[in-house]
Amino acid sequence: MLSYLIFTLTLGGIYALLALSLNLIWGGVGMVNLGLAGFFAVGAYASALVAIAGVPLPLAMLLACLIGAAAGILATFATIRLRGDYLAIVTLGFAEVVRMVALNERWLTRGSDGISGIPAPFRAELGVDGFNLFYLALVSVIVLAVFLTMRRLDLSPFGRVLKAIREDQELATFAGKSVTRFKMQTFALSAGIAGLAGALYGHFQTYISPDHFQPLITIYIFLAVTAGGVGRPVGALVGAYLVVFFLEATRFLGEIFTVLEPGQVAAIREILVGLALLCVLHLRPQGILPERIAPAPKPETSP
Amino acid sequence: MTIVAQAILNGIMTGMLIAIPALGLTAIFAVLRYVNFAIGAYATVGAFAAWYVNTRFGLGVFPSALVAFVAGGAVGLIAEQTALARLRPSGALAVAIASIAVNLILENVIRFIFGNDLQGFDLPIARDWRFAGLRFGPQQLQTAAIAIAIMAAVFLFLRFARFGKAMRAVADNPDLGRLFGMDPARIAMITVVLGAGLAGVGGVLLGLDTAIDPMTGSRLLLSIFAAAVLGGLGSIPGAVLGAVMIGIGEELAVLVLPATYRSAVGFATILLILSLRPAGILGERNT
Repeated sequence: MLSYLIFTLTLGGIYALLALSLNLIWGGVGMVNLGLAGFFAVGAYASALVAIAGVPLPLAMLLACLIGAAAGILATFATIRLRGDYLAIVTLGFAEVVRMVALNERWLTRGSDGISGIPAPFRAELGVDGFNLFYLALVSVIVLAVFLTMRRLDLSPFGRVLKAIREDQELATFAGKSVTRFKMQTFALSAGIAGLAGALYGHFQTYISPDHFQPLITIYIFLAVTAGGVGRPVGALVGAYLVVFFLEATRFLGEIFTVLEPGQVAAIREILVGLALLCVLHLRPQGILPERIAPAPKPETSP
Repeated sequence: MTIVAQAILNGIMTGMLIAIPALGLTAIFAVLRYVNFAIGAYATVGAFAAWYVNTRFGLGVFPSALVAFVAGGAVGLIAEQTALARLRPSGALAVAIASIAVNLILENVIRFIFGNDLQGFDLPIARDWRFAGLRFGPQQLQTAAIAIAIMAAVFLFLRFARFGKAMRAVADNPDLGRLFGMDPARIAMITVVLGAGLAGVGGVLLGLDTAIDPMTGSRLLLSIFAAAVLGGLGSIPGAVLGAVMIGIGEELAVLVLPATYRSAVGFATILLILSLRPAGILGERNT
């Protein structure tokens, strides 16, 4: 039971990083990244592959971060000036292509077999239980560090420019801010955090395959950020842990309703995730922990 | 040479099928100004409704496609009324995200009822026809003919029917439409029924020659988006043109790439067109 709790908390930390990543770009400049799972995968594969090749782990994780950021720039540099929903389509497509590459380029990713034997730090020295505890601490420290950076960023001049862009892009331009550059930097940073989350995931699981990076993860993180409160790092943090506990709790549905087949239980879980997202959007769009300075009301859209 | 010609022919055929849900997506965007990610699930709902009446009651392709239109349109209307319409004041992005949730829910409702297995339609198997070295499947020709008929009907509806004209007017300028006594909310709902219904028909037409499963629609999403974006989001003829180009592009690409990269063509096209000409080939609006 304890090891299960440790596992859940570690996964919660990794989701928290993803939620902080989404919150930065969504709560920051108001753009959505529907390809979160793709950047997560890029980071996981990058770190796993270079670590197996012999690169020390801290360096491998840093590299995953950089490659995630580079992938972010690559996927969006051409489209970042466009309306938010265009960017959403592009990022969704990006995640699909990442999955396709992971499935097909067997020489690099071993296809659907996945990569096993990813180095886990100090696992031999600490034993399984010790390792799990150590890894939970590692992930939690990194989450805390990223969280504090995000909060600092939120209050910094950079963060204020981002919110200005979110509220009124043209006004921000008039104020002499290079909107495109700010958006690009933010997207790269956000994708980098997602890459780091992926690296942490890979070295924790020691095995990754394309199945681990389903688009569903992106929806989980959207639920986490909307539930927690878009635009507030602490909201993203709380939301991520809540979502992981929600997901783990619904795992026991099958034991209660034994008449259902496993596939049906999985379907119910996903329906619940979708319903939860809809409920939050309708009933409490500002989330559990709303932004301190509420976003400006949107102009009436027609019809 | 024949291989290329065959690929182009197949591409035109598939393109005309992708055009149907792409029309649905672009019509909803034109009037309601949001990108509906649930279009994939509407296609799946249509495909399963058609499959059900086809295998249970032995209905042919044409009546099955009609059932798909009704099922897709009904589900689309319910989803719009319960989950999406009230979010419109919060902006297009909020509605788009809600439509992703709708997509997930519908997909899993189907999975809950019918399971994950592949389901095939009950259709007579016919030999391919050959003409000038090219293969034509009779089934392919029939679905293409249905697709052309539907496209013609949509064009005529928008061009001449009162509702169709009102739809175009509201898409252009809702306030002016209101001034002329049109009810934008009602027109929006009719657009949703039409758009989701078209997605439903597209789902069954695309599923006919292969098998369908709960993910059928979601797998098509990238091609549908690519078609609509290439033609210009919100442009009805653009969606058709874009879809045919995407169809040909996909078929040609799989001549040189592994077949699993098919939908990467859609992504590459979206990226290219958005960086060079965001309004698409036939789009008028600057975004």
